[in-house]
Amino acid sequence: MSKKTETVLSGAQATAEAIKLCKPEVIPVYPITPQTGIIETISQMVADGDLDAKIINVESEHSAMAAAIGAQATGVRAYTATAGQGMALMHEMLFVASGMRLPIVMSVSNRTLSSPLNIWNDQQDSFSERDSGWIQLYVENAQEAFDTHIQAFRIAQETDTPVMVCMDGFIVSHTYESLELLGEDKVKSFLPEYKATFKLDPANPVTMGPVASPDYFVKFKKQQQDAMLGAKENIKNANEKYAEISGRKYGNGLIELINMEGKENAIITIGSMTGSARELAEKHGIGIIRVRCLRPFPVEDLQEACKDLKSIGVLEKDISFGANGALYDEIKAALYIIESRSKVSNFIIGLGGKPISLEDISSIMEKVKQGKEGVEWLD
Amino acid sequence: MTNIEIGAVVKNAGSSIKNKTGSWRSTKPIVTDSCTGCKICEFYCPDMAIKVVDGKAKIDYDYCKGCMICMEVCAAKAIEKEREK
Repeated sequence: MSKKTETVLSGAQATAEAIKLCKPEVIPVYPITPQTGIIETISQMVADGDLDAKIINVESEHSAMAAAIGAQATGVRAYTATAGQGMALMHEMLFVASGMRLPIVMSVSNRTLSSPLNIWNDQQDSFSERDSGWIQLYVENAQEAFDTHIQAFRIAQETDTPVMVCMDGFIVSHTYESLELLGEDKVKSFLPEYKATFKLDPANPVTMGPVASPDYFVKFKKQQQDAMLGAKENIKNANEKYAEISGRKYGNGLIELINMEGKENAIITIGSMTGSARELAEKHGIGIIRVRCLRPFPVEDLQEACKDLKSIGVLEKDISFGANGALYDEIKAALYIIESRSKVSNFIIGLGGKPISLEDISSIMEKVKQGKEGVEWLD
Repeated sequence: MTNIEIGAVVKNAGSSIKNKTGSWRSTKPIVTDSCTGCKICEFYCPDMAIKVVDGKAKIDYDYCKGCMICMEVCAAKAIEKEREK
C-alpha cells in the first residue's frame, strides 16, 4: 500500500501538487490573478528541485500557449495556467493547439472578463472558449482540482485533445481545504508515460500545422469533432480508473447526480456553487445535476437525468449576450430532442464575484419547484 | 483522396520544396557589385532564399517572393529592385 497524505492546501496549491506528480517537462507561464498562485507554487517546486521542468517566463498568455504548443509538438508534456483576460488573449492559440491535436493540459482559475474591470470569479472566460476544441472539466473544490488534473493528463493523451481544468477563481483557487494527495507510485500506475502520436524530431522529420485546402480542412475538423465526442468515454473511464487508485469518484465523470432519487424537480449546477446547493437539496426536497464536463457536452447523460423531471433550474455564472445563459440554452436544446415538456428556468448568478448565498440558492430551489420558466438575474 | 493524419501532420517532410513560391514575385531583388558579403540580408531573408557564397550574396529565385527586405536592410545599398514582367 502506498501512503495516503492528508493535508491542508488551497485549490491552487492542490493543483500544483497534481502537476508535480504528472511531471510536465515544459511550463510556459504568465501571471494573472487569480491564477498566479498555481504558477507561483510550481515555480517554487522547480526552483527547489522537486520538479524537473523548464519554466519559460513569456511576455503574454498568447506566447504562453504558443510556447506550450511548440513544446508539446516535440513530444513532451506541456502545461500552463491562466484566467480571465489572459485566457481571452490566448483565444487564437487555443484553436491552434486543439487543431494540431496536441494534448496540452491547462488550469483555468475562472475570472470574469472586462469591461468594467473586475478580477473576481465567474465563468465567462472559459465559457467563451467552449468552442475552442478543448475538453473542459469544471471542478467543485480543491480535492477535485487535484484529482481532475491527474485525470486530465490521461484523457488528453488518450484523445490527442487538449484539456482545460476550470476551478472557480478565489472560491476554489484561494480557499484552504483539507484534502488527500496521492503517492507517486499510484499516479504512475494510473497515468502511462506520454508517447506522442507525432513529434518534431530531426531524425524523422514531419511537418506540423501546415496549410490545408478546403477539402482537407473539412476532414480535419470532422476528425477533431469525432475525437471530442469519443472523449466522453475516456472521461468516464478515467473517472472509474481513478476511483480504483484513490477511492474518489465524481458522478460518471461527465455529470454527477446528487439527491436525485425519486425527485420531480432539480437544479443544474456547474463548479463550486454545487457545494452550497448540496447543503440545501435535502431540506428543499430537490435534486442536483452537476455538469462536470461542459465539452464534450454530455447530451445523452443529461437527457437521461432530466427526462422525468417536471421542473429544472439551470444556475450559471456566464451570459451569452443577446441570448441567455449558455448552459441553459444547451440544456433546452438537449431536452427538445427527447420531446421533454419539463419547465426550464435559468438563473444568472455570481457574475463578477457577486456572492451566492445559501438564501439565494434556497429561493432558486423554491422557484424551480413552483415550475418557473424563463431567465432571472440575481442582482 | 489520400489518408489524413491526426492534426494534419505531413509525414513526408520537405513538401514545400515542390512549391516554387518564386512565381509569386512581382518585384525582384538584384545583387550588384557593391555587395560586401556581410550576410545581413542572409539573416533577414524570411524565406531563407539568400546565401552568401564566395563573399557575395546569392539569391535563390525559385523561392524568393520579392519582399525586398534584403534591399531595406542592406548596409552597402548593394541590392536593386527590378519589376517582374
